[in-house]
Amino acid sequence: MSNVKDVIVKLTDVEKEFDGVKVVKKLNLEVRKGEFLTLLGPSGCGKTTTLRMIAGFSNVTSGEIELEGRNVADLKPNERDVNTVFQSYALFPHMNVEDNIAFGLVEKKVPKAEIKERVAEMIKLVQLEGLEKRRPAQMSGGQKQRVAIARALINRPKVLLLDEPLGALDLKLRKQMQLELKHLQQKLGITFIYVTHDQEEALTMSDRIAVMNDGVMEQIGTPDEVYNRPKTKFVAGFVGESNILESYVTQVDEDLLHISLESGKALLHAPGFKNEEMIYICVRPENLLLSETKKEHFSIRGRIVEHVFAGSVIKTVVELINGQKLRVARHPNEEEFEVGTYVYVYWHPKKAIIVHTVEEQIYNVIEGTTNRIYEQLGEKYSPSAREDSHDQ
Amino acid sequence: MINKIKNKVTPVVMIGPATFWLILFLLIPLFLVIGISFLQRNGYGGVDMVFSLQAYFDMLTPEYLKIFIASFRLSVATTVICLLIGYPFAYVIAHSSEKAKPFLVLLLMLPFWINSMIRIYGWNTLLRSSGIINNVLISLGVVDVPLEMLYTDGAVLLGMVYDLLPFTVLPIYTSIEKLDPTLLEAASDLGATKLHRLVRVVLPLTMPGIFAGSIQTFIPSLGLFYISDMMGGAKTMYVGNLIKNQFMSARNWPMGAALAILLIVITLVLMRLYTKVGSLDDMV
Repeated sequence: MSNVKDVIVKLTDVEKEFDGVKVVKKLNLEVRKGEFLTLLGPSGCGKTTTLRMIAGFSNVTSGEIELEGRNVADLKPNERDVNTVFQSYALFPHMNVEDNIAFGLVEKKVPKAEIKERVAEMIKLVQLEGLEKRRPAQMSGGQKQRVAIARALINRPKVLLLDEPLGALDLKLRKQMQLELKHLQQKLGITFIYVTHDQEEALTMSDRIAVMNDGVMEQIGTPDEVYNRPKTKFVAGFVGESNILESYVTQVDEDLLHISLESGKALLHAPGFKNEEMIYICVRPENLLLSETKKEHFSIRGRIVEHVFAGSVIKTVVELINGQKLRVARHPNEEEFEVGTYVYVYWHPKKAIIVHTVEEQIYNVIEGTTNRIYEQLGEKYSPSAREDSHDQ
Repeated sequence: MINKIKNKVTPVVMIGPATFWLILFLLIPLFLVIGISFLQRNGYGGVDMVFSLQAYFDMLTPEYLKIFIASFRLSVATTVICLLIGYPFAYVIAHSSEKAKPFLVLLLMLPFWINSMIRIYGWNTLLRSSGIINNVLISLGVVDVPLEMLYTDGAVLLGMVYDLLPFTVLPIYTSIEKLDPTLLEAASDLGATKLHRLVRVVLPLTMPGIFAGSIQTFIPSLGLFYISDMMGGAKTMYVGNLIKNQFMSARNWPMGAALAILLIVITLVLMRLYTKVGSLDDMV
């Protein structure tokens, strides 16, 4: 774990309930000073709710949020040293660019001359020179986004919270703004907590990514860790494309596992597993290889269903004998297979990742059932018993 | 062929009656009023068919100017008080829970279902010397002699504010309602306290509603005559009463017509201002 001094935002067992439905569950998160941390997950996973709790727009149901070691439970949004860039920009329509950016400084009663200087500096930083007197209604989405960022950054917050700020921009502009934002963050050294559902965006910009699903944080790590070593089936499926296969170990040969799938045999490099263990493995489309001839230790066979042209790669869909479809990314100059031909699928043993053991899954199912039983008992007998079961 | 006839006849059948109605009961009377204002009155309470601008010149005499000023002051006072009460009122409704909101709006609309004159009679029974308020005050020993509340300028103002308040509240309520809540969050996020949020964000952005509410209050307040009749005892003369008197008792129709046209002109000017501000609203 990181040095305590470096932690700027700390969430301890944070939970949020709306009308009895938990949208954030037992969230523990430490954000380090100066890092670019992304909360990544599908819509409804609780990432925006988490951000709103840090900003102070929403109260925590239980748990603690600390900002620089100080519990912020009693601080209103205007008393917290964080600023937010909203998804809808939320620029004040009755103010021009300058007045929008100066809003926070006016609240802080900064002398007028200094405000003028800092606003001009900010406008230069986000490249909005010449648009000082424009109203939000007279600007494009990208320009409004820059104003929103400038308006938040000018207050020199300890932490900048960004709620899907690039969601409304077109692809090209979004890519450009991703890099600009990243550079801005590196230049200013301000901690960014960034919310997005776009895994590519998260991989491009972040120092660390926290992947959330259904109110639970599934994994936190560097983009490389999250992409190349996903810890759960969900992370493997959500971050990047992946093919997930169910299998069991038939033979252990030091670190090499011989595994058996419904559709054939395969080989995999992973230390610490026993014979006959059930495992889920994940292979990225770019790591799957096709061959007309059988490779040693591999006997997975499938039929080419279609080729999809996607620019730099061709995505080939292969249907296995058990009906599962695998996506394979291939280079256009690789050997071509006609649709309908049968091929063998294999991979480099080190390029397959174990994302989930079946034991874990069974454990989760048991835990889920136990919680449900506790809850039903609680509902029957006493209201306090029900709350206890949540803490299990 | 039949279709062609149908196409021509259908619109006439559809909008014909309404057009006929408007011509008969709005356009013709309006032209009559305009016409009469340029005629000469005769001694028997009617008009002579002689062109005259006398009515318009008469309006410039000090007596009439005094009435205009009194009317104007009453209308301004009504509008200002309606705004001061109406804005917080609208704010509370707009920020109440989704369940309470329709009920509160219903309460606001409820008085419209009862004739305005009957409601003013209601105030009459409350305020008069032997009315409910005075009876209560006397029996509690707060006062010995009944307070003179009815037939004062204050009573007229009270009646006006009471009658016109919904017209102020509704447009303001609409403009507060459609205010994007993330703007309020943004203001708080940038360090604004609740008061600053109101002054720097909410008030400027609901200005179109405030303006619409003011005009919708000010215009009818200029012309209302029965409130000052019933609650002011016709002690102070206002434009509305003046017009009524010119037609009903003084029998000076050209004068009454000219005054009515003055009111129409003022209304049109204010409406023009209103639509201008309305289009500003769209730009924001």
